[in-house]
Amino acid sequence: MLIMGVFTLYFLTPIWWLLTTSTKTGGEITSTAPLWFTGNSAGTFFANLGRLFSYGDGLFGRWLLNSALYAGVGALIGTIIAAMCGYALAKYEFRGREAIFNIVLSGVLVPATALALPLFLIFSRVDLTNTMWAVFLPSLVSPFGVYLARIYAAASVPNELLEAARLDGSGEIRTFFTVSTRLMAPALVTIFLFQFVAIWNNFFLPLIMLRDQVLFPVTLGLYAWNSQISQIPELRSLVIVGALVSILPLIIAFLALQRFWSSGLGAGGVK
Amino acid sequence: MSVLSTPAEAPKAAPVSRRTRSSGAQRRAVALFIAPFAILFLAFYAIPIVYAVVQSLLTVEREGTFGRPRQVFGGFVQYEQVFQNTAFWESVGRVLLFGVVQVPIMLGLALLFALLLDSPLLKGKKFFRLAFFAPYAVPGVIAAIMWGFLYSPSLSPFGAVTSNVDLLGGNLVLWAIANIVTWVYVGYNMLIIYSSLLAIPTEIYEAARLDGASNIQIAWRIKIPLVIPAIILTAVFSIIGTLQLLAEPQTLRSFSSAINSTFTPNLAVYTTASVPNYNLAAAFSVVLALATFILSFVFLKSTQRKVTQ
Repeated sequence: MLIMGVFTLYFLTPIWWLLTTSTKTGGEITSTAPLWFTGNSAGTFFANLGRLFSYGDGLFGRWLLNSALYAGVGALIGTIIAAMCGYALAKYEFRGREAIFNIVLSGVLVPATALALPLFLIFSRVDLTNTMWAVFLPSLVSPFGVYLARIYAAASVPNELLEAARLDGSGEIRTFFTVSTRLMAPALVTIFLFQFVAIWNNFFLPLIMLRDQVLFPVTLGLYAWNSQISQIPELRSLVIVGALVSILPLIIAFLALQRFWSSGLGAGGVK
Repeated sequence: MSVLSTPAEAPKAAPVSRRTRSSGAQRRAVALFIAPFAILFLAFYAIPIVYAVVQSLLTVEREGTFGRPRQVFGGFVQYEQVFQNTAFWESVGRVLLFGVVQVPIMLGLALLFALLLDSPLLKGKKFFRLAFFAPYAVPGVIAAIMWGFLYSPSLSPFGAVTSNVDLLGGNLVLWAIANIVTWVYVGYNMLIIYSSLLAIPTEIYEAARLDGASNIQIAWRIKIPLVIPAIILTAVFSIIGTLQLLAEPQTLRSFSSAINSTFTPNLAVYTTASVPNYNLAAAFSVVLALATFILSFVFLKSTQRKVTQ
């Protein structure tokens, strides 16, 4: 119990510091008690928020939108694609199945960051660097998602059900979208969350692909501001408020979907 | 029990029933299911890798000092440069040292927390689970920015420590990064181990308790051996992550002058690509990807053998 208490402090203090500090003006950050609020916290917090979203023609709002697009839409499409492939690998016998699965497995061991430079070289070949596609398209591929989908499909979709659907004259594809995806739902949420986090956190790919600030995801944007603090000190409090705002969506997503991932997360490790 | 299950031990696929439906329809369905992933995998995994290998075998030649640059086949010229590049190998050594120290500490903590969460004595499990997992929602860049402020002498709430110990100096900055990575990922690894603990049937514990086993003995002799596959999985992902370190050191560069432009292998790739020297950067990438792949593959194979024995 004592151990857990001490480590709770370790895990939550930085986030608490971020919360209290985002309610301070630039000067107050160094002059007031660091882990507590000031007399005028709420007012300063909203003033900071206002400055955050208005700085540089609302650049920060644009970054949040970009991240939502890259991670939200990317993970949604990526999950469907991975689910279809994993499902086919688990539920059908066909030639080349083992080979495909082994290729997917080796894909799991090749990390996304190792691909950033090769992708950059390819995209510059077709003049697509510094576009949203350059970050969006590569993010759709998730070999780990296929691997998880295959395990989940094997575990949660009974063959008898598929046979029954076939006897009823339901097409394979219709069966997948109406019956199988429902059975795999908790697993699909887990795959979605994993991929969402992976895309949201991906740093190297946007760093190497994008030059135009308007296309940045929020992590790269805050990184860019942070590295300008020594020239533009007023950015410091914006970076702190921005950091707080940028982690809220993920925390909310995790809380809202907790029921799903806490049951689905284990399956990948147990198997 | 294996971590990444091989196809041979997979449950049997649905038998193709010829009476109910021609297998042609099924084959078409399979093709439709697999095609989107296959196309994207080819375009954004396979082809880039091949292209990087090709690029790494090219070299730029100029006619005279001011002549137009021209790419020609250079054989292993770039790879010779990779192997002579001491800065690159220093960065590899740095992340290996980092991994040897940080990964066991992180996974040890994750295992300890998972066991505590699973123990009947602990109250408030739900709260601890969420509190420990919360940092996983913080992207590496943001975590590095946050800790960067916490480390810096002028801003830190722990000024007494940070003004006396230079956490961002040359000696300690690697471990300052290790702390950030640990902070972010302990909870995530804890959850993976914890969910495999939950999958153990409780009858086993009851039997052990009847035999007079204490809680610690149960944890040590029953729980830990049974969650080894989950630990291996987390270890492989941690090894991969360590070799790929980029976001945290790159972000901390604005707080610390001790992190140079080739601090980690991926930073070296990025720096070389910005020169721009794409051929050498491609060679770095290929070497790094191969090293990562081999290291995690060897780790998986060697631990799998031990587990099955």
